[in-house]
Amino acid sequence: MKRRILSLAFLFLCGLASAFAQSGTTLRFCLRSEPKTFNPVLMADDASETIRYLTGGVLMHVNRQTQELEPELATSWKVSDQGKTITFTLRDKVRFSDGTPFGPQDVAYTMQQLMDPALHSPTGDAFRSAEGKVVTRVLGKNRLSITFPAPIAGLDKLFDQVAIMSSTSPQKEMAVLGPYFVSENKAGSYLMLSRNPNYWKHDSNGHALPFIDSIRLDIQQNRDIEMLRLVRGEIDFINSLDAEYFDKVIAQNPAMAHDAGVSLDAEFMWFNQVPTASIPAYKKAWFTSTNFRRAVSEAINREDMARIVFRGHARPAMGPISPANKFWFNSKLQPHPFDQKSALQRLSSDGFRLQDGVLRDREGHAVEFSIMTNSGNKYRERMATMMQQDLSQIGIKLNITTLDFPSLIERMTRTFDYEACLLGLVNNDLDPNSQMNVWLSSAENHQWNPSQKTPATAWEAEIDKLMHAQASSLDPKKRKEYLDKVQQIAWEQEPFIYLVNKNALSAVSSAVQNVHPVVLRPQVYWNIDQLSLSTQVARSH
Amino acid sequence: MKYIRALAIAVLLIVALSSLLADVLAPSSYARQYRDLPDASPSMQHPLGTDDLGRDRFSRVLHGTRVSLVLAPVAALLTCLLAGIVGGAGGFFGGWIERCVMAATDLLLSLPWLFLLLTVRALLPLNVSPLTSVAITFALLGCLGWAGAARIICADVHTIAESDFILTARSCGSHSFRLLWRHVLPNLKPILLAQFWISIPVFILTEANLGMLGLGISEPMPSWGSLLRELGSYSALSAQPVQFVPLVLFVIVVSSFHLVLSKEELPV
Repeated sequence: MKRRILSLAFLFLCGLASAFAQSGTTLRFCLRSEPKTFNPVLMADDASETIRYLTGGVLMHVNRQTQELEPELATSWKVSDQGKTITFTLRDKVRFSDGTPFGPQDVAYTMQQLMDPALHSPTGDAFRSAEGKVVTRVLGKNRLSITFPAPIAGLDKLFDQVAIMSSTSPQKEMAVLGPYFVSENKAGSYLMLSRNPNYWKHDSNGHALPFIDSIRLDIQQNRDIEMLRLVRGEIDFINSLDAEYFDKVIAQNPAMAHDAGVSLDAEFMWFNQVPTASIPAYKKAWFTSTNFRRAVSEAINREDMARIVFRGHARPAMGPISPANKFWFNSKLQPHPFDQKSALQRLSSDGFRLQDGVLRDREGHAVEFSIMTNSGNKYRERMATMMQQDLSQIGIKLNITTLDFPSLIERMTRTFDYEACLLGLVNNDLDPNSQMNVWLSSAENHQWNPSQKTPATAWEAEIDKLMHAQASSLDPKKRKEYLDKVQQIAWEQEPFIYLVNKNALSAVSSAVQNVHPVVLRPQVYWNIDQLSLSTQVARSH
Repeated sequence: MKYIRALAIAVLLIVALSSLLADVLAPSSYARQYRDLPDASPSMQHPLGTDDLGRDRFSRVLHGTRVSLVLAPVAALLTCLLAGIVGGAGGFFGGWIERCVMAATDLLLSLPWLFLLLTVRALLPLNVSPLTSVAITFALLGCLGWAGAARIICADVHTIAESDFILTARSCGSHSFRLLWRHVLPNLKPILLAQFWISIPVFILTEANLGMLGLGISEPMPSWGSLLRELGSYSALSAQPVQFVPLVLFVIVVSSFHLVLSKEELPV
């Protein structure tokens, strides 16, 4: 009898174990839109970028926590020929998700796709240093070199974004080297990613990674619904949260809320300094005056803005590089102080005077200007309203106009029919080269006065020189010196009046283990192959 | 029905009066930000608490009500005027004028009003004071909202113009202007009045919609639209009850406007 009971118990346990083995763990979260492509070379939108991160295998990878470069599919690499050539030694015995072997031909094929002018790859743009061909040489079974026509600063870090594609797989871009592969795609509804059985990584105990069997990505545009689903336990995390939602999470379940600290994103305003803009000449004179811009900057209470608008989950901003960017940030810079007396002194040195609570310029014009921002963004509208009260203290009348985004872009980039603009910058890249299209006076995104034939001011010419110098130097220390100077000039001249850097906020269910949210994207799942779901709450398919 | 109508009128009068006396009734300015008191609960100083920027909500509700209650009737008047002129001319003169009027109204009615407003507003100058933005918003509503009313008026004027008493007046030698002024317009009065009263809640709602999208009246001027935006997100689920005051007031006022019209006055 005893033996029979023991056999039954054994059978029950076996059944349970096999049932558990068959049921897999699924991590769930939401995408704001449908991915436009699965081809890693063509990815330009956030949703596609998420898929690339979860499925793509890269040669080396920027550790989002340490911000250092780490080997992945390449075990080692060397930059030579004054930054024109990079030579990789590749990892052995690696296979794509469909079983196709990985080798240097696949890297060569990926580079060829990346640099194909017909494909207009957004990832490939970063590698286009000059006119000419990119030459890839296979040097052996596991070695290859890539030579670019001109030196590229920070060349090795650019490979963090390059997902290697198979040159021989019949599945083409769907054969991947990352921890997951796309197993199901219900257009407009959800995507299922399944564990890549051939993923090369193992943990320190030799267990195959990733731990989680599958990922379900629901397409959900509405942030309120996303939040409700998190509260109900239908999804496991929200990668990027607004301050308002974050406070609600803290109120409901503080253990779920994660504030990783100040992020790379910045909110800023600028004055239109385009010479051909249809603005009265006296206003152009205000906007091009450094004293005027500095005075406006000093009259804005950034601390209040961070405390009230972002509920304390933001920090007064200092310049184009956020303190979150550990290496490139110029730590000598301090936020502009909130000092209305100093602001008035600066203005009086430019001939402005305060009369009966109204600031007037030398010719007697009352200082009044409008600021436009995109409608529907509560945070920017609140920031503008706070600026309105701050500036009224020094006699400046600020009119706020909210426009739909296409109209705003039209005015900003084509008609230049505006006076000041309040917008934000979402930054994904640590390397300052990503900001070349903003800081070069000839650049289209040099918003305060874009596409200049020759720099309009001496300080813009100096920034041009420094940005070119840092882009062509291979010595990180030298590059840092140049960039520190750029940050110093931007701080002094304030073509962009930086207001706040938002914190990287996220909410994660307690079911997800080994989560260490960071400030760099993707904040929560940057270590996706290390994440696991606690067995008590693990959901089956 | 008579009592309900009287009650609706009384409600409207009370709301209108208190909004007109906003400066006296509200202790604080609607624009001043008490930055140490954002999202404060009701207190003696702030009877309805403060909003997310620390502005007195009571003051903002009263001033917002004033904006909507004063300017929606002005916009409705503008609409009735335009509808009366366009629809009246079409119905009275008939022929190609009527066909042109009908084509114009069809065209205007077929355009999505939200995109039309967005486009027109995007073309306007940016550097306008909040007060001017109020005037622009309601003038736009008034100028773009006449088409529906014009069709009704055109049809009614057409019927009046073909009636026996007009024929008699014409045979007695009355010229067109006299016919319009002495005979058509008095008969049109109930329709114009009904259109006027119907347009007011429509414009209040439209302004609220625009405000919800952040495209209405500019800050710091409050309006019902901007006040209702506070309730437009997930955080409204845990909002303080006082945050719902603008919503309750909005529903009461719009319902009262509808109740003011008796069944007989409503156009078919």
